[in-house]
Amino acid sequence: MAKILKAPGINKCIGCYSCMLACARVIHKSFSPRVSSIQVRSRGGLQSKFAAHICVGCIEPACAAACSVEALTARPGGGVRFNAGKCISCGACGKACVVKVIHFEEETGKPVICIQCGSCTRFCPHHVLAMEERDHA
Amino acid sequence: MLNENFMRVLTIDLANLHSEINERADLHEYLGGVGLAVKLFDEHFLPDREITDSCQPIVFACGPMSTIFPVVTKVVAVFPSPLTGELGESYAGMRLALAMRLAGLDAVVIKGRAAKPVYLAVSDEGVKTKDAAHLWGLSCEETGRILRETEPGRGHRSCLRIGKAGENRIAFSAVNVDTFRHFGRLGLGAVMGSKNLKAMVIYGDRNDRINNYNEYSKVYQEIYQKVVTTDVMEKYHGVGTSINVQPLSEMKGLPTRNLQDSSFEHADKISGEAFARDSLFRKLACTGCPVGCIHIGLHRRAFDDNYEYEAVAVSYDHELIFALGSFLGMSSQGKIYELIDRVEIYGLDAISTGVALGWVTEAFAQGLITKEQLGTEVAFDNLEGYLHVIEALVKGENEFYQTLGCGARAAAEKYGGQDFAMTLAGNEIAGYHTGYGAILGQLVGARHSHLDNAGYSFDQAATLPGEEELVEGLIKEEKERNVLNCLCICLFARKVYDRDTVIKALGSIGINKTPENLTELGERIFQLKNGIKQKMGFKLQDVKVPNRFFETASLNGRLNREVFDRLVELYLKKTV
Repeated sequence: MAKILKAPGINKCIGCYSCMLACARVIHKSFSPRVSSIQVRSRGGLQSKFAAHICVGCIEPACAAACSVEALTARPGGGVRFNAGKCISCGACGKACVVKVIHFEEETGKPVICIQCGSCTRFCPHHVLAMEERDHA
Repeated sequence: MLNENFMRVLTIDLANLHSEINERADLHEYLGGVGLAVKLFDEHFLPDREITDSCQPIVFACGPMSTIFPVVTKVVAVFPSPLTGELGESYAGMRLALAMRLAGLDAVVIKGRAAKPVYLAVSDEGVKTKDAAHLWGLSCEETGRILRETEPGRGHRSCLRIGKAGENRIAFSAVNVDTFRHFGRLGLGAVMGSKNLKAMVIYGDRNDRINNYNEYSKVYQEIYQKVVTTDVMEKYHGVGTSINVQPLSEMKGLPTRNLQDSSFEHADKISGEAFARDSLFRKLACTGCPVGCIHIGLHRRAFDDNYEYEAVAVSYDHELIFALGSFLGMSSQGKIYELIDRVEIYGLDAISTGVALGWVTEAFAQGLITKEQLGTEVAFDNLEGYLHVIEALVKGENEFYQTLGCGARAAAEKYGGQDFAMTLAGNEIAGYHTGYGAILGQLVGARHSHLDNAGYSFDQAATLPGEEELVEGLIKEEKERNVLNCLCICLFARKVYDRDTVIKALGSIGINKTPENLTELGERIFQLKNGIKQKMGFKLQDVKVPNRFFETASLNGRLNREVFDRLVELYLKKTV
């Protein structure tokens, strides 16, 4: 079964942003964590806990259902596949996302989509992130 | 600027609320960080005005590798120090370097004085100067909370702010950066306060593309693996810098009770291991640092009977445990947490506050200052007295406190006790009484910091250097650190970023330098800083070094003033 990204160890997060830098670097060839599909944020300032805003790997993704050009399609095991060539930058996926984690590249207007590649997990020094099988449908 | 051959410099004049961006190709050779900031400071410094004139400049600069290589996390601030009366230089991490990168800025210069309290919102879309009347008088924490809720850029922004200490121009007030880091030492908070500048929020959306992905990714991964899988940096993440407390005490190197002693009988209660065991509850990292050296302790405080408690999260380190702990004879973690918490609320520098309180304690015991002047009694290990003094100091309650607000040196000049006011050239000392290296290093260092040249580490070498070797070693190390500080590499990672690694990392992002280029850069910045310090009137030979250094045994035994004077002469000869 394909795995999806999870953050089971979020309480161990030190907020180093290495995961975001990895996603930006490996997937988007960018230095900027703004274009990372995982976004680590404090819940209310740095006195509070961190939260990992990540794609939750829906089996029936609302973002794909909202995509009229099939740029986004459901991925077996959860989450979506993204064909950027088909994307018309309409923004419908972002509005449909049930956890509101899809954001957009400013220059292209295209969505920043998690493709469940696990690059971020390989650069987490505290084992906060992991690729796991979806444990419920 | 990444992928460009120029430095992008934002200059803001608070006097007329004018700002402009300049792309400075002529500054590209400085790489960034301290080289860029010192050069810009030199351009904007007003030699005909007082050093404490509110029109003098503040410069912030990040480096070409900031955030995009592991543990390259710092931003430097260069400013006129109201504490020493010469060049101020300070470093802070957290989110600031990231925010500057996303806003597309290599440096920010702030000139002039605003007519009324303001804060700045700086982004890739420009500068907004906003009314800060509602923030003036608030603590660093509350100011941060309000700005967090009213300004954009969540998650990637940085928020610098001052507390009451900066507003009231206490010469050793700090600037709080993103709650848990600071531009400490030398009084940047007072310089911001003098400009009526309460805070600055920086954010942006810039997306810099990687030009040479294969090379960059390879070098990044090599460095990342070195940082997380070897033991080069383990001490900073594990117990943290406070791992030094107990061994220094055992070796007679921990300044205790205003350096009347160099070992502390309660060191086991306030050691890094004890803090970790009893109250450490999380660690945090600056952006781009997989180490996470920021140790946060949970301090529980009873406020009423019937099990009523409040709790505060407090960041601690070796220097805080020394300055607000052993130096004041504090026998428990709870007392140290109370002092750190108070220092944070007001936005004071922790080291200078502790060391100044040490002088207050001894001056009071000797009758140089009275209970009437203090409004309380002070004694080592007495928390209540110190809390009173800190509050009165920030308020500038009377003439004594106004003088103390200029630093321990100024207070001792007026009230006496210069032989035990533990400052070097006006800067309160760091937590290492290790030997000649520590004292000489802080005395001759450009900003009189133990981090200028790590003199304390020369004292702890397996074989002690000879006099000539020590002086040459300090000079060489300071020049080397100038290079690391141009790149804004956290100095905790100095062993990771050897010369070869630096050259490879720079090369992978299109900046080609030779080892000779970097050596020449370190030398040039060394000369530039000394030139500015001379313009500001600094003369090394005029600095009075307190006798106490030579009265209390150090890690290397009792020190001799004649030997020390000889070392200073040697330094002067070698730097002419």
